[in-house]
Amino acid sequence: MRKSWWKILAVILLVYTFTAGFLIKVPNVGNLKETIRNLFFHVPMWFSQLILLGISLVYSIRYLRNPNLKYDIYAEAFAKTGILMGVLGLVTGSIWATYTWGEPWSNDPKQIAVVIALLIYFAYLVLRNAVPDIDKRAKVSAVYNIFAYFIYVPLIMILPRLVESLHPGGKGVEGNPGLNGADLDATMRVVFWPAVIGWALLGTWISTLSIRIYLIRDKNLINAE
Amino acid sequence: MRNKIYYLLLMIPVMLLSGTVIFAQDNVVTESTMRSNGKIYVVMAICVTILVGLFLYVASIDKKIGKIEKENQNT
Repeated sequence: MRKSWWKILAVILLVYTFTAGFLIKVPNVGNLKETIRNLFFHVPMWFSQLILLGISLVYSIRYLRNPNLKYDIYAEAFAKTGILMGVLGLVTGSIWATYTWGEPWSNDPKQIAVVIALLIYFAYLVLRNAVPDIDKRAKVSAVYNIFAYFIYVPLIMILPRLVESLHPGGKGVEGNPGLNGADLDATMRVVFWPAVIGWALLGTWISTLSIRIYLIRDKNLINAE
Repeated sequence: MRNKIYYLLLMIPVMLLSGTVIFAQDNVVTESTMRSNGKIYVVMAICVTILVGLFLYVASIDKKIGKIEKENQNT
């Protein structure tokens, strides 16, 4: 494994999350009881999705500045891993909601916003497959990816701050739309942030694996820099 | 240099875990750890096992791709 120190870091941080996440003392918040521990597993999905899609955005911009097919491959791989994290976040959120909000789907503004965001990214994948010409596909999907990110951010960061929701965070409370800062005590933060970094690193690792496969597959198409 | 980085990385969980130990000092680990605390350790063990299995799989794919990359460079 080349340049592997950050991969080892990902393993260490996630193993730490999966042990400390079950063992530390957690505050008693509302009807959450022990499910507040989901904060160490469900919420990092969204944080790492934001990071991975951000990396994808950077490579889309780089492609438009310098049309090297390599950047398109990078953007695609990171977007796919980001979408995977989002789907996992949505599913885990639904499971959690079943036992705290009473039903898996409450048509909550945050649930709807995030589903729209995911559909926009599904459309990115559909768009990629719909354009047979490689250079055209790279250019169109790079433009679309930039559009998608800047509609995705308002949907998950701005809209939730404006409306009431069952989900913690957002309108009228401390913290970001993902979580209520007041619910987190110092112990939970010590597990939560390593979890976010760990999942982001694991997502990056998985993305680099598909990047390396695509690079080998398309090595005859990629121009030397 | 490489070894130093690994050493530092290994220190991170130790530091983080020692922090949680300070926060939860009244949490005494008993003789039958696996059966204490509503058997939460069992859940933890299973989740860690799944995680480690996942990591081993990802690492093995990583190695295989590395091999293919080498073969591709030679040809």
